[in-house]
Parts: sequence; C-alpha cells; structure tokens
Amino acid sequence: MPPLLRVDDLRAYYFGFRGTRVVKAIDGVSFSVEAGETFGLVGESGCGKTSTCHAIVRLLPPSARIVSGRIELEGEDLLGKSQTEMRQIRGRRIATILQDPMASLDPLFSIYDQVAEPAYYHRAFRGRRLRQRVKELLSAVRIPSPERRMKDLPHQMSGGMRQRIVGAIALAGGPQVIIADEPTTNLDVTIQLQYLNLLKDLQRASGVALIFVTHNLGIVAKMCDKVGVMYAGKIVEMQSVRGLFYNPRHPYTRALLDSIPKLGTKDPLYVIPGQPPDLSRLPAGCSFQPRCQSAMERCRVEEPSEQHLDDAATTRCWLPLHEATTRG
Amino acid sequence: MRKYVLLRGFYSLVTLWLLVTIIFAMVRLTGDPVAMKGEIGADATYLERIKHDWGLDQPVYWQYTGFIGNLLKGDFGHSFEKSLPVRDIYFERLPNSLKLGFAAFVISLALGVPFGMLSALKVNTWWDNAGKMIALLGLSMPGFFVGLVLIIIFGVQLGWLPVLGKGSSAFVWSNPATWAPFWFRDWPHLAMPAFALGWYFSGAMLRITRSGMLDVLGSDYIKLVRLKGVPERMVVAKHALKNSLIPVLTFAGLNLLIMVNVAVVIEVIFNWPGVGQLLYDGLSNRDFPMVQGVVLMSGLMIVMLNFVIDVLYGYVDPRIRLSR
Amino acid sequence: MATILGRATEIGGVSRAARRSYSWVREIPLVPLLLVTVLVLVAVLAPVLAPHSHLDPVKPTPGQCQAKYGMADCPYVDNMPPFWFSQGTFATPLGTDYLGRDLLSRLMYGARISLVVALTGTLFAGAIGTLLGVLAGYMGKWWDQIIMRVTDAWLTLPSLVFAILLSSVRGPGLWNIVLILALVFWSRYSRAVRGEVLALREREFVRLAEINGVGKLKIIRRHLIPNVMNTVMVLFSLQVGVAVIIEASLSFLGVGVPPPEPSWGLMMAQERESLMQGKWWLAVFPGICITMLVLSANMLGDWLRVRLDPQLRNR
Repeated sequence: MPPLLRVDDLRAYYFGFRGTRVVKAIDGVSFSVEAGETFGLVGESGCGKTSTCHAIVRLLPPSARIVSGRIELEGEDLLGKSQTEMRQIRGRRIATILQDPMASLDPLFSIYDQVAEPAYYHRAFRGRRLRQRVKELLSAVRIPSPERRMKDLPHQMSGGMRQRIVGAIALAGGPQVIIADEPTTNLDVTIQLQYLNLLKDLQRASGVALIFVTHNLGIVAKMCDKVGVMYAGKIVEMQSVRGLFYNPRHPYTRALLDSIPKLGTKDPLYVIPGQPPDLSRLPAGCSFQPRCQSAMERCRVEEPSEQHLDDAATTRCWLPLHEATTRG
Repeated sequence: MRKYVLLRGFYSLVTLWLLVTIIFAMVRLTGDPVAMKGEIGADATYLERIKHDWGLDQPVYWQYTGFIGNLLKGDFGHSFEKSLPVRDIYFERLPNSLKLGFAAFVISLALGVPFGMLSALKVNTWWDNAGKMIALLGLSMPGFFVGLVLIIIFGVQLGWLPVLGKGSSAFVWSNPATWAPFWFRDWPHLAMPAFALGWYFSGAMLRITRSGMLDVLGSDYIKLVRLKGVPERMVVAKHALKNSLIPVLTFAGLNLLIMVNVAVVIEVIFNWPGVGQLLYDGLSNRDFPMVQGVVLMSGLMIVMLNFVIDVLYGYVDPRIRLSR
Repeated sequence: MATILGRATEIGGVSRAARRSYSWVREIPLVPLLLVTVLVLVAVLAPVLAPHSHLDPVKPTPGQCQAKYGMADCPYVDNMPPFWFSQGTFATPLGTDYLGRDLLSRLMYGARISLVVALTGTLFAGAIGTLLGVLAGYMGKWWDQIIMRVTDAWLTLPSLVFAILLSSVRGPGLWNIVLILALVFWSRYSRAVRGEVLALREREFVRLAEINGVGKLKIIRRHLIPNVMNTVMVLFSLQVGVAVIIEASLSFLGVGVPPPEPSWGLMMAQERESLMQGKWWLAVFPGICITMLVLSANMLGDWLRVRLDPQLRNR
C-alpha cells in the first residue's frame, strides 16, 4: 500500500531578476508520512522548510517553479493537477496551520464564518448542520462556550485561542494530512505545551498524518515519530526520533544537538561556526562542508548522495561510507 | 464607540480653532488686506476709512478676539461688494458645489476603483501597466486643462453638451419642493465639469485601490484562505474586496478635500455658480472679506466632513464599532 | 553595518562609500529623464532658442498684413494658426496670440517661470517642513504636540484655496508666489519627516550617540537629517508636480505670475475666448506643456519612491 503522502526528490527553485538569479530553495527533498504518524521537519530559518510546505499544496509564489520530483497523495500525483483540482485538495485533504495566529485570521469576519468556510466548501454543510459542526470543531479545540464565542471577531481573542481556532479551521474540511508550519513559535511558552498536547490528542482522535515544521528540537522530541533535518534545501538526515537523538548520523545534526544548552553544567555554549549558505550561491560539493568539522576532500568536490543506512536512517553525507570502508 | 466619537469631536474642535487662527495670522503676516482693495491708486484717507471699518487699526489681540467672537456668533464677514453676509451667500451657492463634487466623486470611484482592482489582480501584466500609466496621466493633467479640452471637443466642435452654467434647476433652502429635483435634473450641464473634476481623482483612486488590494492579497490571512481551498473568486470577492475597501474609503474621504481645490478652477471655466466661483468673484472684485469668509467657511465644512468620515470609518471597522 | 565598538559620532548617517557609488544612474527611467532634461534645457536656453521675443509682437511681413487686414503695414498679426494650417507660417510655428506674440517663444519662456517657481517654492517648503518635522519627532513632548497639531490644521486647508487667500493679500508677482507655495506646502513634509524621525530615534546609532553625550543639535545634524533625506527627496519630487499645477492654477485665475510674463497658466486663461471661436491651439499647447512637466516629475518621483523603499520594489 502506498504511503499517505510521499515526496520524492523534490526540487523547486526561485527565479529572480529576470532569470539571472536562481535560488535553490528546495534541492532534493524526499520523505513519506503514514496516517496517524507525525513527521518533523527541522532546520534553521531559510533552509527551505516553509517552501516545502507550500510546494506540497502547490501554492508557491509565481517566481518559483517546481523543477523536478514527485508528490503523491495516496498514490495520486499532485504535480500534474491543475490549480482548480488542487483547490479540492487544499483544506479538504491537506490542511495547513500557519505560524502567526494574529495574521492568519481575517480581521473582518467572525470566528464562525472562518471556521465554517472549509466545511461549507468542501463538505457541503449548510444551515443548522453547519452551525452544529462549527460548535463541535470549536469544542474539539477546547474553546470554552463555543456558542457565544462563534460570533466574536479575531481581535477579541487571545493568541493561544486564535491558534486553536486556526487548528479548528484546519480540521473543518476533514483532512487526511495536516501541515503545521511552526504553530507554536509565536505563542507564549506556557501556552505552547497546552497547544502541543491538543494537537497530539486531535491526531490520536482523527488519525490524521501530521507534518510538523519547527526549529526547536525539544518540540521534535515530544511530538514526532520520524524526523527529517533540512539544510540548504535538502534533507540531510532522516530517522526515527529516537534514532536521531541517540545516534545522529549527519555532522549537522550532531552540531545541532551539541548546541542545545545543558542544565547543570557550565560548559561554554557550542556554536556552529560560519553562516547558513546563500541559496543562490551554494558551495561546490556538500552544502554543509564549509562548516563541517569532519569534512574530507571528497566533500568539497562531490555532492553527497543519499545513503540508506541499516537502521532505517538516511543521510546525505560521505562519512558513513568512509567509516564503513575504514572499519575494514 | 462613544469614546471614539467624543475624542474625534474634541480633536475636530481643536483643529478648527487652529485653522481659523492660522488664517487670521497668515493674512495679517503676509500682507495688507486693505492694500488689496486700494490697489487702483486710491487715496490715503479712503484707505484709512476702510481700515477703520474693518477694525484693522486696532491692536492685534483685540482684532483676534473680535474675529473669534464673530465666528462663534456665526458671522463670517460681510461681502464688501454685495453688502450681504458671506455666510448667507455661501450657503446659497453650496448645493451647487456639492452637486458637482458628488457627481465628480462618483465618477472618480466608478473609473478608479474597478480599474485599480483589475490592476492589482493582474499585477505586472499589460493591464497593470496600462492602468498605472493612465492613472499617472490623470494625476498630471491639471483639472482646468481637461475642462478646456472637453469644451473644445464636446462643446465647440461637436456641440453636444452645453458649456456654461448649471441649467435652470435651483436648490432653494426655504423651499423644500426644490430639494429633491435639484439633484436629478440638468444632467447635460453637469457632465463636462463633473468629468473634468473627477478625472484627476480617478487617477489617485486607481493607485490607492491597486496598492491597497496588493497589500491585502499578500497578507497571511488571504494566504490561509487560499490554503483552505476556497475557490479563487470567493477569495477575491469575499475576503480581499472587503478588506481593501477600508483604506480606499479612508483615502477617498480624505481626498474629497483636495477636490475642492480643483473645483475652484473648474467652476470658473464652466461658469458653474458654486462656492469656488464665489472665491473667484471675490478676487476679481477685490472683495477681501468675501475671500476670507469663503476660506473660513470652506475650512469649517472640511473639518466637519472629516469628523463625519472618522465616525463612519469607526462604524465600518468592527474593531472600533464594538469597543466601548 | 557599523560595529558596536566604533565611536558614536562616526556611526550612522549615510556611509561615505555608499554616497560615492553612481551605479543607480543607469537605472533612472529614460522617458521622464529625457523630458525633464529637455524642459530644463529649454528653460535655461530660452533666450538662445526662442525664435522671437516673448514679450513683443512679431513683426509681420507685408504679405501677412495684406492677407489679414487688407493693408500693407500693420503693427502685428494676431491669432495666426500653427504652421500646418493654411494661414500659418514656419516663422511662427505654433501661431501667435491675441497680441501677435509668437506662441512658441512664449512657451519656452514660460518653462522658465514654471520651473523656477515650482522648484524654489518646493525647496523652501521642504526646508521649513523638514526642520519642523525633525524637531517635532526628536524633541518630543510639547514640541511634538504643538507642531503636529498646527501641521494637521494646516493640512486641512486646501492648498489652492489657501494660496488664493494669501495671494489676495500679498499681491501678484513671481516671488510672492514662491513664498505662498512655501507657506502652503511645508506641512506635507513635516508630517512625513516626523514619522521617519520617530522610527530613527529608536535605532541603535542614535541611542549610542545619546548615551555618549553627543548634543541634541549635533545628533540632528549628523544622524537624523541625512537619514530622512530619502523620504524628503521622494516627497520633493512628487510635490514639484503639485507646485507646477498650483502655480498654473493661480496664474489662470489671475492671481499668479502677472502679465506680460508668459506663465503657462496665464496663457491658458487669456485664450479662453479664442477657444470658443475655434482657435484651440492657443490654450491647448500650454496645457500640454504643463502636463508634460508634471508627468515627468511624477514619473521620476514614483521611480525614486520605489527605489528608495525596498518593500515596494516587487510591485
């Protein structure tokens, strides 16, 4: 049986300045998600995580083009669909949660209106059934007294509540996949945990697949079953969450884990030297090589291909090959 | 909402007071009102008499308090030439200017807003560039030039539209029977001046609508609406339109006041008996109190208009309407 | 970017290296630049370029006198049409006005008037407005309240109406108009500049200068003013067009630059009657000149605005 959502060697570039500048925002991303599974997409700002989210639902800005690769939802090819067909997918089969709750809601329309929209367009709910459905959704995301609050406007709600409403909107169409792009980054720390628990509960109840984009490894540890680490538009390592934390295979992942401050010690903070690369001017060979502690000659020359390791981990690095051969 | 209205009202009063003070000060600082009257080589005693009549030989603070006092009583000066209070003449002419202004406003909205939205929806295409160019052209041609061109084409060469005057309908304050028909009669006379006046604004409206629409189309909540899979025409018609209308309306309201400027010249060209022409008459007849009076009245009207617009804006924006 | 450790007085302002690079010259839009250059050249070189005097009537040939009046000699031939009409000649390519003066020469001299008045008037308005805006934004408290309330009230008055009022007491004359333009338009600048200064005030280089005890006036001079120049320049280029139209309107109404100087607006006013008789060129050509000047000023202003505000560049 094919996985629920599968992305295969996706490449999408932004073409600027009349074609002279090419930004390789997504440069070889492959992963798959099953129903009920949570896939975490981790990386620094600008590594291509948000672009990947937009690419999956074919909502990249007009200056970008998907150059190659495949995206399949339950085996159906998404790249071949027209925009009209994609509108049937968006909200109905793949829903999205954005980062900024304040900016996500239309300030002029009531909560009821905005939550009802996907149910209205995708599931043909009308009238009393629609009201009932909205009430259910709001209760599911734990909004108190939903009947009264339905008529409210976004500015009358707190940030945490707004983000929960965004969650309700995501569920309203009855999707199979929910893409959450840094949903807790703009929330107070105290609210973040509540929200994450809510998402987990909702997932268990509905069986959706969750793609969770974040730059916070702590959240990854709590929420995800499988993780992909992105750097410079590529997934450089993909493993189960336990495997990633206990046995990171890519130097970048190792560096990220090392840079998490540890309580109880007074060791100086480890900082990855250098800067993330300019995606329009990537270095030759491996993109991480200028900052890598274990860089070898081969890394500077040849871009590493995907290495599938025995414990269901994949990584884009020449090291495992090197280790295997030197171990004799 | 109530607090908002009260605050706005207070602010309007302060602005009004500052406005009249500025007029008072600027007039006395930049020149001599009497000299305007006496420029045709009148003799000194005549000038002295005028000075005395107008109270200009008194100390400044006395003049100022008298000035403010008069204004509070509703006395905006007496026309030298016509020996009538400026306020009365102003109100008699005001409906004509309002009719012209309103027609021009409607024209500018009808031309500017739809094309502005079209430009934004088809941004950076041929439509957009054409729209931007036309808007720029509209903003660059002085109103009186457009008026003259229209006269040449439609009035003289083709003879389709009457050139002068406003036609026979009149708005008489004391006779309510004249109130309603006034707005709907004499279209041919209204056509050219209203178009000449509205043309300048349509350019501005086009740009503002376009830019407001682009802002809205790029916002996060529109992105989310698209991500919800809502059909594209609803994205535009339901969400984008309503949200972009607020800045457009605000701008439209604020710019009505600029229309007053161009209206002066248009009224002169087309011999339209409105307030602008009153100003011009005052100038030609060297009737200073008339000129000052009209300026004061216009200032008052504008401040009141701004206040009304602020209140309307507060009503439309639910964030303000629902607050205490 | 300046480092935190540099001396406070050297940080901020427009960096000297940036000032010296002229690569932006290549990006200026060609059409308005060409138009403006032509207009400026015509204005400056009017005495050289104009075929006839702009004040005196053209001395007509006997043939023209004969054709018009049936006499061998006449002081002037009025209302001659442009050269492409049957009664026109190349000597007066755009025709003559009601006093027999050559239209083309008057248009050229008119360019001088429009440019001088609009540029100097806007310059003075800009100077006053920027200064007041900086004071209001930076000094805060009472300065801000008073200056801004006055600015707001000033902005409520429509510019032409106010200009008419002032010119009725001041009297006609070129420099009077410049003064009036300055008085009417300064408020546009102060509002925008104050906004900029409020934002700049919070930036690190200003804070650092304050911490290091640099005097307020010096901060204004070295840090604030250079950094608001972008906004001021954009506003300036957009206001020049408005100034041209206001001057033309004032002259049209008879309270601008007085005759016999050939202000374009005045020329249009003088020929209103001729319009009715079908002699459209006398009023239309000055109007076209005004439109061209304002259009190119607006186009340049727009280009400048987009270039200097990076957020707008993708529109």
